[in-house]
Amino acid sequence: MKIPGATSRILPAVLLFVGLIVSAVLPATGLVNDYLQFVLMSVAINAILCVSLNLVNGWMGEFSVGHAGFMALGAYASAILTVKLFPGAPSFLLFPAAVLIGGTVAGLAGIPVGILSFKTRGDYLAIITLAFLMIVKSGIENIPYTGGPRGMLGIPRLTTVAWAYFWCVVAFWVIRNLVYSKYGRGICAIREDEVAAEAMGVSTRSAKLVAFVTSSFFAGVAGALFAHQLQFINPSSFDILKSTEILVMVYLGGVASLGGSLLGAGVVTILTQCLQPLGTWRMVVLPALLVLLMLFRPGGIMGYRDWNWLKPRIFTKPRLEKSK
Amino acid sequence: MSALLETRNLTRQFGGLRAIGDLSLSVNSGEILGVIGPNGAGKTTFFNLLTGIYPPSSGDILFKGNSIAGLLPSQIARLGVARTFQNIRLFRRLSVLENTQIAYDSQLAYSPVDALLRTPRARVMERESIDASMELLELFELGSMANECAGDLSYGSQRRLEIVRALALKPTLLLLDEPAAGMNPSEAMQLLDFIRWVHAKFSLTIVLIEHHMQMVMALCDRIEVIEFGIRIAGGKPEEIKTNARVIEAYLGVEGELP
Repeated sequence: MKIPGATSRILPAVLLFVGLIVSAVLPATGLVNDYLQFVLMSVAINAILCVSLNLVNGWMGEFSVGHAGFMALGAYASAILTVKLFPGAPSFLLFPAAVLIGGTVAGLAGIPVGILSFKTRGDYLAIITLAFLMIVKSGIENIPYTGGPRGMLGIPRLTTVAWAYFWCVVAFWVIRNLVYSKYGRGICAIREDEVAAEAMGVSTRSAKLVAFVTSSFFAGVAGALFAHQLQFINPSSFDILKSTEILVMVYLGGVASLGGSLLGAGVVTILTQCLQPLGTWRMVVLPALLVLLMLFRPGGIMGYRDWNWLKPRIFTKPRLEKSK
Repeated sequence: MSALLETRNLTRQFGGLRAIGDLSLSVNSGEILGVIGPNGAGKTTFFNLLTGIYPPSSGDILFKGNSIAGLLPSQIARLGVARTFQNIRLFRRLSVLENTQIAYDSQLAYSPVDALLRTPRARVMERESIDASMELLELFELGSMANECAGDLSYGSQRRLEIVRALALKPTLLLLDEPAAGMNPSEAMQLLDFIRWVHAKFSLTIVLIEHHMQMVMALCDRIEVIEFGIRIAGGKPEEIKTNARVIEAYLGVEGELP
């Protein structure tokens, strides 16, 4: 039993590493054109947004519509760094730092929203996150330093397939760790019954803070990647429609599911691209799909379930039976 | 015997309604105390005050000699006060194991950073959480259902799981809110043996709210009677059975309790 245990532990790490090498080498071989690279990066960035929003909307069972606001903070914070403050710095140092700082700024902004969620739930919290989004957007619109409503131009193109892949893996790994920890169980308990969770010793306040800060951190990371992929950002890139797009991915892929987040981001991103020839009619396909899904599978494709290979080993079923 | 829990002039007001008024009583260490009273007497409100779900309007609650009035429910739970709910409140979409773990988790001291990075410290404690929870589930013959959703269990198993979940907190005081609700007389008598066994096995102090008189009389060392939020009697089961004030509260006329 030692050998299969070891394999199942090393195999994912090896696969992830091979993936990183491939994603770094692939663009250089010329096998994938710029357009395909753009789609691949978009899938990865959307997957980060989707899994991080899923933490609040899926695992914790709240309804946040402010995810684009956290994304905006990450995008602007990182772009200020690469465009305004250190335009000449070597990109292999500057870019990771910019992404991290983008995530940190967004993560800090998650603290007040998390604190407001202590006493506010459901519809009321949804409105608070909406207000947060509006504050961020109109705030940025009124700062001349970052171009006001016209936005920031000339952001260096630093996001590569490899970087997008790398941050995507980090986001999934960290959120997996969190979800399968005592804090993650506390977050799920809040979704199921907050009063019972408190009565069973779950500090719902710290669970909510951890959820909001982690979620907004990765929204910021995705925002930073997004800014350096498109090379141009303005406040209206981060409006309620952007939040809605992420919400669609979450509820299509599956709530409270890592696999579902990946699936939702992949399906929505690729479908949007594939449906381009349909013109305006493409706007009908996705919503129709969503309506059908809500009728037949309200939790999404993978709602409340996950593939075993995404879970830490001690939580997969055969191990549980052995531990008896 | 010393008092494990004591309330002093405990009062809770909901708008104009005084749900609990000037309630002073104590729970001795190691005893099984029954709290009875007609519907709407304030029994569940009393539990909600003890566990911090509502803060008291006035008065004080002492647990092991320290005031716990105004603490968060999770803080009170961590001090060793566990409870079950009148209408079962399990985490329905989570597994039986996760339900148990969530209560056990309050004993794990690792930080959010340990959790996010899954450090060795977190791994060791996660293993401990699973093993200890499994052990507890095995003891209550729920081990084979560890991976099932709590909401899919039978009514009886759900009641049992709620008690297991409360015990996973390693409490010194266990509050049971109508554990026999929805049970027939023979099931209720089985539950009686079960509660006695739990009481001895985990060396607990138990306070229970119950309408099933036969069970209360057989199980409890002492009984407190509440009506309209006010304590109207207290004493040994035999004394309560014949107390005129209690009989009046329940039946309105003189007679013998069943």
